[in-house]
This record gives sequence, structure tokens and C-alpha cells, in this order.
Amino acid sequence: MIINGVLIDHTFAEAFPMKATRVIITAQTEQWAFNAAKSMTGFATSVIGCGCEADIERYLKPSETPDGRPGVSAMLFTMGAKSLVKQLETRAGQSVLTSPTSALFSGIDGGIRIPLGKNLRYFGDGFQTSKVINDNRYWRIPVMDGEFLVEETTGQVNAIGGGNLLILAESEVDALEACEKAVLEMRKVPNVILPFPGGVVRSGSKVGSKYPALTASTNDAFCPTLKGITKSELSPEIESVMEIVIDGLTETDIKKAMKIGMETFCSIGAYNGVKRISAGNYGGKLGPYHFHLQEIMND
Amino acid sequence: MTDLTLTMKYRPNQRVDMSPITCDKLAGLELAEIAAIELQNGKRKLRVDELFSISGSDVEKIHINNSFSKLDYIGHGLDGGSIRVTGDVGAYLAMDMRAGEITVSGNVGIYAACQMKNGFLQVMGDVDDFLGAALPGNKKGIQGGTVLIKGSAGDRVGDHMRRGMILIEGGTGDYCGARMTAGTIAVMGETGRNIGYGMRRGTLLLWQQPKVPVTFGDCGTHTFSFLPMLFKAMAQFDSKFSDSSQHFNRVHRYGGDIAGIGRGEILVRVGNA
Repeated sequence: MIINGVLIDHTFAEAFPMKATRVIITAQTEQWAFNAAKSMTGFATSVIGCGCEADIERYLKPSETPDGRPGVSAMLFTMGAKSLVKQLETRAGQSVLTSPTSALFSGIDGGIRIPLGKNLRYFGDGFQTSKVINDNRYWRIPVMDGEFLVEETTGQVNAIGGGNLLILAESEVDALEACEKAVLEMRKVPNVILPFPGGVVRSGSKVGSKYPALTASTNDAFCPTLKGITKSELSPEIESVMEIVIDGLTETDIKKAMKIGMETFCSIGAYNGVKRISAGNYGGKLGPYHFHLQEIMND
Repeated sequence: MTDLTLTMKYRPNQRVDMSPITCDKLAGLELAEIAAIELQNGKRKLRVDELFSISGSDVEKIHINNSFSKLDYIGHGLDGGSIRVTGDVGAYLAMDMRAGEITVSGNVGIYAACQMKNGFLQVMGDVDDFLGAALPGNKKGIQGGTVLIKGSAGDRVGDHMRRGMILIEGGTGDYCGARMTAGTIAVMGETGRNIGYGMRRGTLLLWQQPKVPVTFGDCGTHTFSFLPMLFKAMAQFDSKFSDSSQHFNRVHRYGGDIAGIGRGEILVRVGNA
């Protein structure tokens, strides 16, 4: 399939089942809600090394938040339920509880309820109090700037991680500019996050390594500097490859984000250096979710 | 189907135990069976149809018409459906209520919402002492649900209150929130002496400055982000509590009762922040 000169490979992105949750962080100003959310979702690009994948989903107007203050919604994804509970609690405790004027609420109703403020409340050393409002329990923890308000639980739902797009471009500049534009559009899709820095990965990996201690290593087939010395996937004009990884609550959400991403790449076109769109997979043997690029574009 | 309406024919001298008349207890009964239910009246029993004329048939919506202050235990243990009372009612209104809705157009006697578990009680008039309290000797007063009083309340509102919300548009008597364990009591009017006496936890939210007991510590003036959420929850009711001009998030906080564990609080409106 070729659109505007951009070749879309007949391949698929291979994705995995994950557990996810969403939280809403509010504060006196949008900037302080962002500061807390940025910290909470920091160092959370990949479950391989960070324990979870997390990112800010979107900004929320005061009318959209439980306490009527500006806010941010953030999502966390992990491979298992236990790690989600642990990551959420650690990150909420170290990054949101600590952030001035912040409050923390559940951002998802369905699924299994997991602790949010349930254990954080013990920081209050017995001075914490709870308030049940509309059948939801909130904890009020006295802190030095006043009071940290946190909902007792949030929802844990089944989700999907590892949707991805590879953009193959004539230069590093072209690849990065195209990714920046695509990320901007893809982040408008609800229920998805792009967990890598700025939404873009330059170090896509393959499973395994020549070094036994490593479970993943550089994806040499897509490394442009190795074109002549490895079994490369790249044609001679490709000088740079970048990847956008997408985690989402459902297959539909990921497909929607991937389609918008591919449409953006195609609208930039081969004339501007975007030559090809591909995706990372493991031959379909590892992940049960296969997002076929051409099928998505035809939907 | 129209509401099952019980209209009082006359006012007996002795008090009447109305506890058999709830939606769940009447479910599946024929009108003749309802008419034959015996109600304790002093030391004797009266058939329902001796005391009331009966019309309508929907037992999920009961209307007690022409009620007066000697009808006790209305809505006792109510577990769904609605009871509407036109007139005054006696003691123990909505005692042990589990679900559903009760509305009273007039005034109410002692121990309304006593040990109530859940549901919604609305009183257009005044209520007497021990609103939402525990029976003497018991340790748990109201344990859930919402009580809205459009008039004023007597002494010991929420005595031993465990959970839930009591909203009072008027004022209260003495010992409001005494021995409270948790929950919220919001009072727009004046409150009497010894507010929060023996209070363990919970919130007394006041629009008027009370006479604060010496066993409450002054914690200063603060802005709380849970208050807008609380007011939002109150806004669902047709009352002064839904009027946004009455809402605030800046309060003066008094913590106590420090003669006990002292984790309760009296929050007094300061002004809109």
C-alpha cells in the first residue's frame, strides 16, 4: 500500500495484554497538577526497565474534575495486577502526595478496585480522616501545606500494551519532525498513552541478545548504520528510523491512534522524506494482539 | 397503579406503632390483608382499616395522609420504596431504615432516623431531640444515608452517629454531634451549647459561629478541596444546600473533642475563597 508516496508495509504490530489504571490529579493550578503528573509518570517508558509504562493522557478543565480544580489524567500500565498496585502506590506516594496543593482521584470506574489512598492514608499518623461522598470514600491526610485529599481506590482494567509504528525516513530530521506531528495528533485520542520521551523511541529492541544476561537488545534489522553488515530491513535511502509505542485500554483505541499516526505520516509524504511505515513484531508468536497496518488504514 | 394511601379517620388517644406499614412488608399482600393488619395502639391493637381509610394499591409508594404526632415507627426498617407522610409524625421515624425514601410534610418527634442504615429521609418541618442518634445503651447511631431537615432539630443531633449525612436548614439544640464517631452534620442555623461533646471523629459543618467548647482546639482558617465535592453531593437535594451562594470552601477549623481521642472537627464558614 502506498499513500502520498509513503509505503505502508504489509505487516503488523504485535501487542500484549496488560493491566491498567487511570488517575486524576488536580491542584490549585494546571501547572501544579502537571508537575505532579509529570513526576508520577516519570521514568515509566517500558516495563522492561521501569516496572510500568505511564504517561499523561490529557489536561482536564475544572468542570471535568471531582473537586472543580484544574487537573490532569494519567494512565499506568503494567504486565500484572500486583505490579500495578505496587507501582501506583509508590508513585502516588512519592510524586503526588508530595506535590503542593495536589489531590488524587480515581479516573476509571469499572474493573477491580485497587488501593489508591487506602494505604497512603497511614502517612497521616492517625490524624487522617475519611469522608464518604456519594458512596466513594476519600481520605484527608494532613500535610504541611494543608490537606492532601485522595480517593480510597481506583479501578484496574484489562488493557493492551505494545502497539507501535515505525517510521522510516530519509534523514533523522525528517523522522523526528514527522514523529512530533504524529504524536501531537495521536495524543488527542482518549484512552491511549505514548509512554516514551515525547512519545518517540529511537532504540527499538528485538528479543534476546548475544549477551546471555540481556533479554532484549538493539533491533539491528532497523539500524541504518548496520545496513551493510546485518540482515537489514532497510533500503538504501533510509537513514533514520523512529518508533511510536502505544498503550491503550482497548484494541479499538490503539487502532484509532495508529490510524491517526499513519495518516499524519502519509500527509507529510515521501516528498518530505517520510518513505515507509512499518511495525515491530515477533512473528506473531508472543503477543495475542496483531494490529495489521494496511487493514487499519482500510478500516 | 396509584399510591397506597392511608388516610386517618380519627386521632386515637394512645400512640400507634406503625412499623408493620412499610413497602417491603406489604409487598404481595391483598388490600384486604393490608386492612386486617393489626397496629399496636397503647395496650390494645387496632386494625389498619379501623384507623385509616384505604385507597390505591401500589405498596411501593405509600402515602400516609392526615397523620399526627402519635404515629410512631413510621418507615421502621424500610428496605426500599417510598413513604410520603402528610402531617406530623411521632417518634422513631425511619428507625433502622435500610433503603428507600421517606418524606414528611410536618414536624417529627424524637429519635427520627435513629440507627438508620441507608436511604433518604426528608422532613419539611422541625424534628425533636435525638435525630440520627443511637437508642440508649447502643453505640451506633445513624450508619448511612442522608437526612434532610428543612426546619430545626432538637438536642443531641447525631448522638453516636457512625456514618452518613445529616443536613439541617435551621438550627439545632444542645449537644449537636455529641459522641459522634464519623459522618457529617451540616447546620445552617444556630447551634446550642456543648456542640461536639465527646466527639471522636466526623465533621460538623456550620454556617454560623457556635460557642465552641474548651475541649476543642483552634486549628485556624483553611481552604479544603473536599468541601466543593461535599456541596456537589448536597446539591442533588431540593433544599437550601443546593444553593451555590450557600457554598464555601474556606472554613475555620476546631479539632476535638480532645477530652477524648479528638479526631473530630467543627468547620465554620468564613466566606467564599
